Amino acid sequence: MDIFEIISTVLSKNGLITSFVFVGCIVWFSYFLSNKLTQGKFHGSAIAILLGLIFAYLGGTYTGGKQGVADIGLLSGVGLLGGAMLRDFAIVATAYGVKLDDLKASGIAGISSLFIGVTLSFFVGAIVAIIFGYTDAASIATIGAGTVTFVVGPVTGSALGASSEVIALSIAAGLVKSILVMIGTPLLAKYIGLNNPNSAMIFGGLMGTNSGVAAGLAAVDPKLVPYGAMTATFYTGLGCLLAPSILFLIIELVY
Amino acid sequence: MVIYGVALLSFCMLLGIILGEFLGRLFGIDANIGGIGIAMLLLIFLSERLKKSFTLGDITEKGITFWSMIYIPIVVAMASKQNVLGAIDGGLIALLSGGIAVLLSFLLIPVLSKIKK
Repeated sequence: MDIFEIISTVLSKNGLITSFVFVGCIVWFSYFLSNKLTQGKFHGSAIAILLGLIFAYLGGTYTGGKQGVADIGLLSGVGLLGGAMLRDFAIVATAYGVKLDDLKASGIAGISSLFIGVTLSFFVGAIVAIIFGYTDAASIATIGAGTVTFVVGPVTGSALGASSEVIALSIAAGLVKSILVMIGTPLLAKYIGLNNPNSAMIFGGLMGTNSGVAAGLAAVDPKLVPYGAMTATFYTGLGCLLAPSILFLIIELVY
Repeated sequence: MVIYGVALLSFCMLLGIILGEFLGRLFGIDANIGGIGIAMLLLIFLSERLKKSFTLGDITEKGITFWSMIYIPIVVAMASKQNVLGAIDGGLIALLSGGIAVLLSFLLIPVLSKIKK
C-alpha cells in the first residue's frame, strides 16, 4: 500500500484532529510574521484570520465549493472546528468573567445601535439595488436584507417571493460585509475608539454579522469579544423581524 | 471536576438557544433571536450565583476557560471555511452594498460611543 494513501486516509478519518494541526500551524506562522515583520504591532490573530480567508479563497477556487478549505477532503475537519456549533460554544465561554455592570452600563447604547445598524445596512443595500436598476419592491428589499446579514437576505427573499438570482445576490452582499468586517476591524479599531466594552457593544450592534464581529474583535482584543458578541447575537433575529415587515413596507410605499 | 464546567457551559448554551427559538416563534419568524446572547447572560448569572453558594473549583473553572481560550483558533478555522469566492463573484452590487454598509457602520461607532457618555 502506498504510504501517501495511508497518511491521507488517517488525516481525513481524524478530520477534527487534523484541523487542530492545520489551525495551529496557521496561528504559529502568523505570530511569527507579526513579531518579525511588524514587531507585534499588527496582531498575530489578525494575520491568522487574513491567512484563513486567503486559504478559503484558494480552497474555493480549487474545489468550486462554498466552504473554503473545508471542501478539501483532508481538511474537512476545519468545517467542524470553524462551524457555528463550536464557534457559538466558544463565544458563550468568553462571557465567563464578564461583569454584569459593564453590560448594563452600555445596554441602551447597545440596543439603539442594533436598530440603527439593521436599518442603515438595509437602506444602503436597497439604494444600491435601486441604482443598479431594480424596480420591484421585493427584489430591492431582499438585497437590502442581504446587506443586513447573509441569513436575513434569504429569509426575507423567500418570504417576499424574490427570484433565486436576487436571493443569491443578497447572500453575496452579506458575505462581502462579513469578510470586510473581519479584515477592516483590526485596521480601523484604533481610529474609531474600539478599545472598551461600551464601543465593543456598539460595534456588535452596528455590524451584526456574527462571524465578522467574532473575528474582528478576536483580532483587536479577545477581552472585548463577549461584549460585541452579546449585541451581535440579536442582530440577525432583529433583521429577520424588521426586513420582511416594516422595512419592506417602507420600500413598497416609495415604489 | 472539569466536566462540571463544560457541562455548565453546554447547559447554558442549549437553554439559551432553546429560548432564542421560542422568542423567534413568538414573533412568527423562522430565526433564533439572541439565543447565544441569552446563553451568555445565563452563564454570567449562574456562575456568579454558584460562586456565592459554593466555590466553583479551579478545575471546574478550567472547563469553561479552556473553551474561551480556544476561541481564536476556532475563529481562524471559521475564516478558512468562508465562501470568499462567493463574495467576490457577487459582483459590483454585492461589493458596493456590503462595502458601503460596513464603512458607514464603522463611522457611526465613535458617534454612538459619544452619545452614551
